[in-house]
Amino acid sequence: MCKAINIRVAGFGGQGVMMTGQLMAYCATYENMFSLWVPSYGPETRGGTANCSVIVSTKTIASPVFMNADVLIAFNLPSLTKYMNMVVDTGVILYNSSMIKDPVIKQGIKAFGIPVNDIAIGLGTIQVSNMVMLGAYMEFSGLFSDQTVEKVLEKFLGEKKAHLLGINKQAIQAGREAMIAVKE
Amino acid sequence: MAKQLMKGNEAIARAAMLGGLDAFFGYPITPQNEVPEYLSRYMLEEGKVFVQSESEVAAINMVYGAAAAGFRAMTSSSSPGIALKQEGITYLCGSELPCVICSVMRGGPGLGSIQPSQGDYNQATRGGGNGDYHVIVFAPETIQETIDIMKEAFDIADYYRNPVMILVDGLIGQMMESVDLTRPVKKRFLPEKDFATTGTNHHNKRNVVNSLYLESAELEAHNLALKKKYDKVIINDTRYELINMEDPDYVIVAFGTMSRVCRSAIETLSEKKIRVGIIRPISLWPFPNRAFETLEAPHLKGILVVEMNLGQMLTDVIVANNGKYPIGFYGRAGGVVPDPSNVVDAIVHFKDLVVK
Amino acid sequence: MDIKYKKTNGLTDTPLSYCPGCSHGIVHKLVAETLEELGVLGETIAIASVGCSVFSYKFFNVDAVQAAHGRACAVATGVKRNLPDRIVFTYQGDGDLASIGIAETIHAANRKENITVIFINNCIYGMTGGQMAPTSLIGQKTTTSQTGRKSDVHGNPIHISEMFSQIEGVAYLERVSVCNPRQVRNAKKAIKKAFTYQMEKKGFTMIEVLSSCPVNWGMTPVDALKWIEEKMTPVFPLKVFKDLGDEKNV
Repeated sequence: MCKAINIRVAGFGGQGVMMTGQLMAYCATYENMFSLWVPSYGPETRGGTANCSVIVSTKTIASPVFMNADVLIAFNLPSLTKYMNMVVDTGVILYNSSMIKDPVIKQGIKAFGIPVNDIAIGLGTIQVSNMVMLGAYMEFSGLFSDQTVEKVLEKFLGEKKAHLLGINKQAIQAGREAMIAVKE
Repeated sequence: MAKQLMKGNEAIARAAMLGGLDAFFGYPITPQNEVPEYLSRYMLEEGKVFVQSESEVAAINMVYGAAAAGFRAMTSSSSPGIALKQEGITYLCGSELPCVICSVMRGGPGLGSIQPSQGDYNQATRGGGNGDYHVIVFAPETIQETIDIMKEAFDIADYYRNPVMILVDGLIGQMMESVDLTRPVKKRFLPEKDFATTGTNHHNKRNVVNSLYLESAELEAHNLALKKKYDKVIINDTRYELINMEDPDYVIVAFGTMSRVCRSAIETLSEKKIRVGIIRPISLWPFPNRAFETLEAPHLKGILVVEMNLGQMLTDVIVANNGKYPIGFYGRAGGVVPDPSNVVDAIVHFKDLVVK
Repeated sequence: MDIKYKKTNGLTDTPLSYCPGCSHGIVHKLVAETLEELGVLGETIAIASVGCSVFSYKFFNVDAVQAAHGRACAVATGVKRNLPDRIVFTYQGDGDLASIGIAETIHAANRKENITVIFINNCIYGMTGGQMAPTSLIGQKTTTSQTGRKSDVHGNPIHISEMFSQIEGVAYLERVSVCNPRQVRNAKKAIKKAFTYQMEKKGFTMIEVLSSCPVNWGMTPVDALKWIEEKMTPVFPLKVFKDLGDEKNV
């Protein structure tokens, strides 16, 4: 990686937007890269749309903010609509195709729909839909090993939620598989 | 130790503890709440002092008491809260008490917003307290630098017997970044705190901490002694970084988050064959005048000041530049954080931004 | 030679700057004697406030911190939390404590700060020249209530001890007066009890002292003492408002 990757994650509050971004930042730091996570904070995060940005880089990170993302991860239609024109020309969009049907996306930008809600429900709980998305992004980007994400998740979940590690790992694997499927 | 991902506010709190924090006093205000939240747990775990005060005014005066007793005391707050602390800050300076004040800036004036801002440059460097005094103000640009300066801050405060302020914007407080808590910091010889009011059984003479001098000659002597101390700070602890300053077409002056944004912008500009350097003040008071005094750049078309306010540091740059080069200004306010493309545009349209 | 009377070591040799007939001198002496008798002079930190008693840091022969107006209890908190085994007291007038510093004082009490507050109530701002205090009596003429304090214009005299008696963190609270020798002796007892409780870590203690200000009241010192007894005391009755006694520190 020669350049920082600017990632924007957006969705409804409660879809695990902040957690998805934070896990990416934790994973990058765990793999000894530089990472930076910026939340949108304030009243708007209550019940409305939530978004955060993550920068992953092998070099120290300069600007903590960016206009156009290299990667947009959109969990709902309002987020996709709001941010899809703020993606670089060579960028990529991963969207939640359980909630977004046949979006019209600018020519040249790669877009992959992953039905993360349906996959998560299939695994037993919609709550891991964000982990399905994380798995899909890991598969697409080649960033972060399964071991890394497992270690990070262990720490993130802590003792109280340790029993959720299994389902989260399953969701990540399912996301990887879904990505492989849509790529083909 | 390996790097870890930490939230800015929590990093401030942890670094303060690593810097020897004995006592924290604070009042809740967004976007700095994670500082007291973190300390409420870990200070008590380590048997140190943590008090959630009834107001910012009370908090700074508790700091005054703790510092008078010889302890390393700190408070943290955000813009309207720092406004309330001004009374205590001038007393701390007047009584020559060391302490650390963390200011996590949000939008203003008034209640403003809770979004990131650099609108308190003047509040930090000029202050709203009465009398001839200065607070030593550092404005780090990354969480790592915030940690490094915070770890050193109590030493600097003790060395000069003066408050030190760590000034960051809400973005640095709220974001998370990879950091190393174990980086070494400069150590300095610190005088014994022979002023501390710990009870006359515990030292030789009776100690009084006081800022009242009713005789004008006596107060003037005190003012002059303070001035001498501040001159020493200017000589020894003015800090700045010069970035990409070889034969620049333009020079940007920016601090904190904005200097990082400008770092990205000058990369884009160099692709456009525009050479731009950055003067990054790290200490806002003392302001790095000498970076401007020694500025010799034959192709320099001008200096662009970039701030998340409507032109506060600009005044200091105008003074430091002393009419040598044209000065332009680009600023955003109200919690808007410019991104690198805005700064690129500002340089491209420098002529339109020149201040008269 | 037989020593009949000796100045307490609790006071420095600096001449008091208070006006003739002012009660500050008496209260200073009572506090200083108490600290000496308890053997804690070398362990005590005084917090001076703003007002006439701003100079108390010059007079009490202990370490002292001069606090901003109204903030004495916050400053005391900062000292005491770091030095829990030392004796910390504030010495504040009615403007400092009952007006600008009421928040700091209430919250120090509510946090059960183990400090002693000596509260001088003389119904007036002395240092600044006789302005109306929150404790000024109805009808009292001051430089900012020149036709007399009126309830519906200026509000009523604030009853600090009555208010603080409701606060759980308070261990001892008494209102005393220094208008005659009997009351002075009683005031000394109250002050001593407050400091003893602090030494026993019982919590927040406060002694409200009804005091005179003959200069700003426009009276002779003798008339001023009479005024305390006849006018102030009926409004501010002398009383032990709270005494946790031997109850354990809860």
